[in-house]
Amino acid sequence: MLVAEIATELRDVDLDLALEVEPGTCLALVGPSGAGKSTTLRAIAGLHRPDRGRVRLGSSNWFDSEAGVDLPPERRGCGYLFQEYALFPHLSAWRNVAFGLPGHARAERRRLALESLESFGVGGLAEAAPAQLSGGERQRVALARALARDPEVLLLDEPLAALDSRTSATASRELARVLDRTSAPAIMVTHDFGEAALLADAIAVVDRGAIVQRGTPGELSARPASAFVADFTGAAVLFGVARPGPGGTTVVELDGGGTASSTDLAEGAVGLAIYPWEVTIEPAGEPAHGSALNRLEARVTSVTEIGNRARVGLLASQPLVAETTGESARRLGLGPGTAVVATWKATATRLVER
Amino acid sequence: MRNRGPFAIALFVALCATILFLILPIVAIFADTPPGELIESLGEARARDALWLSLRTTLAAIAVIVVIGTPAAYLLATREFRGKAAIVTAIELPLVLPPAAAGIGLLAAFGPQGILGGALEGAGIELVLQTAGVVVALTFVAAPFYLRGAQAAFAAVDPALLDAARTLGASEARTFARVAIPCAGSGIGAGLALAWGRALGEFGATLMFAGSFQGITQTAPLAIFAGFSTDFSAALALSAVLVAASAALLLSVKLLGRSSLGGVGAH
Repeated sequence: MLVAEIATELRDVDLDLALEVEPGTCLALVGPSGAGKSTTLRAIAGLHRPDRGRVRLGSSNWFDSEAGVDLPPERRGCGYLFQEYALFPHLSAWRNVAFGLPGHARAERRRLALESLESFGVGGLAEAAPAQLSGGERQRVALARALARDPEVLLLDEPLAALDSRTSATASRELARVLDRTSAPAIMVTHDFGEAALLADAIAVVDRGAIVQRGTPGELSARPASAFVADFTGAAVLFGVARPGPGGTTVVELDGGGTASSTDLAEGAVGLAIYPWEVTIEPAGEPAHGSALNRLEARVTSVTEIGNRARVGLLASQPLVAETTGESARRLGLGPGTAVVATWKATATRLVER
Repeated sequence: MRNRGPFAIALFVALCATILFLILPIVAIFADTPPGELIESLGEARARDALWLSLRTTLAAIAVIVVIGTPAAYLLATREFRGKAAIVTAIELPLVLPPAAAGIGLLAAFGPQGILGGALEGAGIELVLQTAGVVVALTFVAAPFYLRGAQAAFAAVDPALLDAARTLGASEARTFARVAIPCAGSGIGAGLALAWGRALGEFGATLMFAGSFQGITQTAPLAIFAGFSTDFSAALALSAVLVAASAALLLSVKLLGRSSLGGVGAH
């Protein structure tokens, strides 16, 4: 198991977090840029020396500020996938991979490097220079290079950020395969919740240098601990002031007008998180029916069809988002400016810290 | 030039005057005396000794500069520490130092009465009026050119490449040798060519610190100065060789600059 406690002062933020990763599992660190995610990876790999903390893999101690232990990166055995892949521009693909395999005879290093490139389907590019490779090919060569050494820990810094959306889908399947097969603990940094949900077993949300919530992707969207996590997992967050309401519910006076109810308990300033798929759109001026307690008059600001679904941007006193089928969007004649009523259930309304 | 207003014509005239003024003396070196006579003049002992000495002393100076300057430039490029800006400025000072002041400075530091004079004498090292003194003077004036070029070249290497090498098991020394130097190669080469060009042309500091003795301290520029009143064609011939060498070095700087830009673009 990988255990890391890292405290370090950065220019914009004081990083102070602790994490544990079981062998064979992947933890995603997600959050806004500048939160300290990449520095955490660097500290684990030995590329950044924290002010205080410990990094330990199983029984071997990599860093301990109190005991004065600080192994250099070359003795930590981390496979590190860099954001732009950091392939050595002066070396061909196979020499890039062989760089991490010293101590073998030249022929043996070449054989091992080719084997590793083959396993990522880029054996045919062994002699190519990095400048000649496409983004997806670079990522495969970089993965081959990082994994050829049988790393004890796998660190992936924004592994898909440098790729266009089409290549990224293939590359993410490739990554899923790697993470599936490796028995090393893995940590992945990303700012994309979908990517994290797809590839990681657990997600830790990092904001301003600290882990604000940790859980499975499902747990995070079901119970976001803060407005930040809710927004990150795809919910619309409205702000308001909560007070006790009838029947044990909570009523929130929304900033800018309107009220909404929730079965969550809270008082004072809160964020109110609603996922787009919980919101139903009704034509304006029709009598209320059904069980949904929350009804807000709103205007449509945008309709974006993605496949068979439509994302409908709404503006009540604050913006929110609804998701419907493309079919119902057309039936309701939704377009920018249409007056509608957005409804959702109090049970689908999460109250979170602002 | 589509728009031939008076200003455009003035620009054109200014450029023509600049080119003429800068090129004419160089052309004159080759035009004044027939090529055959120039080559013949190079056969004289004074010219041969001067060229041979220039080659040996500049190569020795460049070797010292590369061996010590490369790691020093790497440190300056890859680490942040207090006083770094002051150190960089101090290193660049010889670039703008008047040669006479450089000569006096070298005497005051390494001359018999200089700060380190006693220590050097105790160690049996004599520099003043010796070939070794020429190497010291050349190293002093040429080193900043190399240090500046190498530091900029190392600073331009993507730090992620150095980090990647470390996570792939390379020590700091192996990372320096196998990644930093090859990636900064063309910039380092350009700095080296500039330093060599400066060393080849060095005159004032060498004259004051090492003197001008044929075969011992009389480098090609000093031989040109010593010979121009007595044997003008030999001085011309030596000048022609220096012009050709300098032009070759300048060309290599330009070509290296282009290849490094291409590397960055493709990367």
